[in-house]
Amino acid sequence: MATPVRIRRQLPFSPWLFAAPGLLVTGAFVLYPFVSTLVNSFTDRRTLLPGHFVDLANFRELLHDDMFWTGLRNSTLYILGVVPALVILPLLLALLVQKNIPGITFFRSAFYTPVVASIVVVGLIWVWLLDERGLVNSLLETVGIGRVGFLSDQWLLLLSAMAVTVWKGLGYYMIIYLAALANVPRELHEAAAVDGAGPVRRFLSVTVPAVRSTMVLVAALSSVAAFKVFSEVYLMAGPSGGPAGEDTTLVMLVQRTGTGLTGRVGYASALSVVVFVVTVALMLLVLRADRRDES
Amino acid sequence: MSVLEKVRPEPPVTVRKEPRVTDEHGRRIHVGELVWRYLLLLVVLALTVGPFLWQLSTSLKGPTEDIYSSPPSFLPARPTLHNYTRVADTIPVWDYALNSLKVATANVVTNCVGSALAGYALARLRFRGRRVTTLAFVLAMLVPVEGIVIAQFTTMRELGLNNTLIGVVLPGAIGAMNVLLMRNAFRNLPYEIEEAAYVDGADVWQRFLRVALPSVKGTLAVVAIFAFMGAWDDFLWPLIVLSDPSKFTLTIGLNYLHGTFANDERLVAAGTVIAVAPLIALFACLQRYFFRGVGEGAVKG
Repeated sequence: MATPVRIRRQLPFSPWLFAAPGLLVTGAFVLYPFVSTLVNSFTDRRTLLPGHFVDLANFRELLHDDMFWTGLRNSTLYILGVVPALVILPLLLALLVQKNIPGITFFRSAFYTPVVASIVVVGLIWVWLLDERGLVNSLLETVGIGRVGFLSDQWLLLLSAMAVTVWKGLGYYMIIYLAALANVPRELHEAAAVDGAGPVRRFLSVTVPAVRSTMVLVAALSSVAAFKVFSEVYLMAGPSGGPAGEDTTLVMLVQRTGTGLTGRVGYASALSVVVFVVTVALMLLVLRADRRDES
Repeated sequence: MSVLEKVRPEPPVTVRKEPRVTDEHGRRIHVGELVWRYLLLLVVLALTVGPFLWQLSTSLKGPTEDIYSSPPSFLPARPTLHNYTRVADTIPVWDYALNSLKVATANVVTNCVGSALAGYALARLRFRGRRVTTLAFVLAMLVPVEGIVIAQFTTMRELGLNNTLIGVVLPGAIGAMNVLLMRNAFRNLPYEIEEAAYVDGADVWQRFLRVALPSVKGTLAVVAIFAFMGAWDDFLWPLIVLSDPSKFTLTIGLNYLHGTFANDERLVAAGTVIAVAPLIALFACLQRYFFRGVGEGAVKG
């Protein structure tokens, strides 16, 4: 419509006044740190020392740093362990709470509670549950299996942390799937039922294709989140990352290397650059898989 | 649902007296199916809510009660609040709660004000550089926080704001995703109302405050709730920026409590209950906004 008039009536600087606070905050505390991370990754900057340009020395050091490879391995394993569970289990859960039977809103809300709780609370709850003398081991002993050292073995620790991540994420992705399921035309299910398809068959040939794009979305969201895992492992394995640091994840390594008065900001920035690159690669990978499926 | 089905008269009541449970389409669900549905629901309920209840139960068990028994005793024999007073004696837990409340409240205010303003500018105001500004927010949304915490920390040090609550709030004070959420909300409003206000002589602030803002209350509520929850639950950033125990927020305080008194499960349990109870109460009151936020955030994120 008549836009020129509108421009004249609004003060010339007011759009910038509106946008200024947001621009200032994201500029100073997101975009500037992002650029400075890239720049710092080529320096030997420390928390209290300005640092010099060192070319690719940080990245060369990465290649020979065992802890870096441990972190990269654990963060990658985390994707493999967590993503399939978070793509499938919440979908099944959404199917379970989809029908409006009496009391279902209570169940939906209850299943969402772990999402609301802080990851610190969740982590500590499970540290106690999986403790050598905790509830899970009491139950295992009661049924005659015997106690398991969930939090003392390197691999069991990582698996337990993955289970906690899945447990906390179930409700969140359940809600996403519920919205997607609401858009699946009921006629499809009925037609399949008339054709004699059982529940499993209908799930595979009606539900899954109908929510496929949502599954891709969930895969993308959960894989990026899984690769950046920090809190669960930090709380369950401890700040040093479990026995001999073998459960350290990449972000834990960033935190450990870059903070404190002796923090190696330059090297931690190089580690962060790896986090960026893998994150972007994951997004592209999932999106490409999506496109290939479609064609 | 077709109109036909709605107008159709109710079928004559049959002799069947058993209660009819129907789904959202009015179709009857068989009793057998109902039974296994509720059974599964209860199993999942035990798995998702059970751990919280176990934590609550542990926190209420007195010093003489065996918390390691096998088979476990789910209910405290003599419930006591003793552990809660002990937490307060061990760490300044109420100060930490107050710090968390300050941080979360500030985060709500800055996010609501800042993202409404910026969102309105991006959606409704015409100015040179609008596309670049929008792009800046989209890029900021895509930057993974975990990758920039070290640089954020050095920035805070340069500003002299490390180890302050302001330093905890600032990086997330106006989330780029919230700005884009508000932008979309404003764009979805019909333009005619604002046009009418404009014709009546309302300037840009009046149009924003009186006309546009009241129409996006729902999205604003979602932004507020997720800002509160995000700040209350955050761990990595406060862990990095806060070093002085008197400035700790609840999550960092809990981590400290766990690190120092790991073997005192009753104590840690009481601490976690204190930290999680306010949010569960908030969630119980404002559920639909929590659920709405998931949908909107997922589409954007």
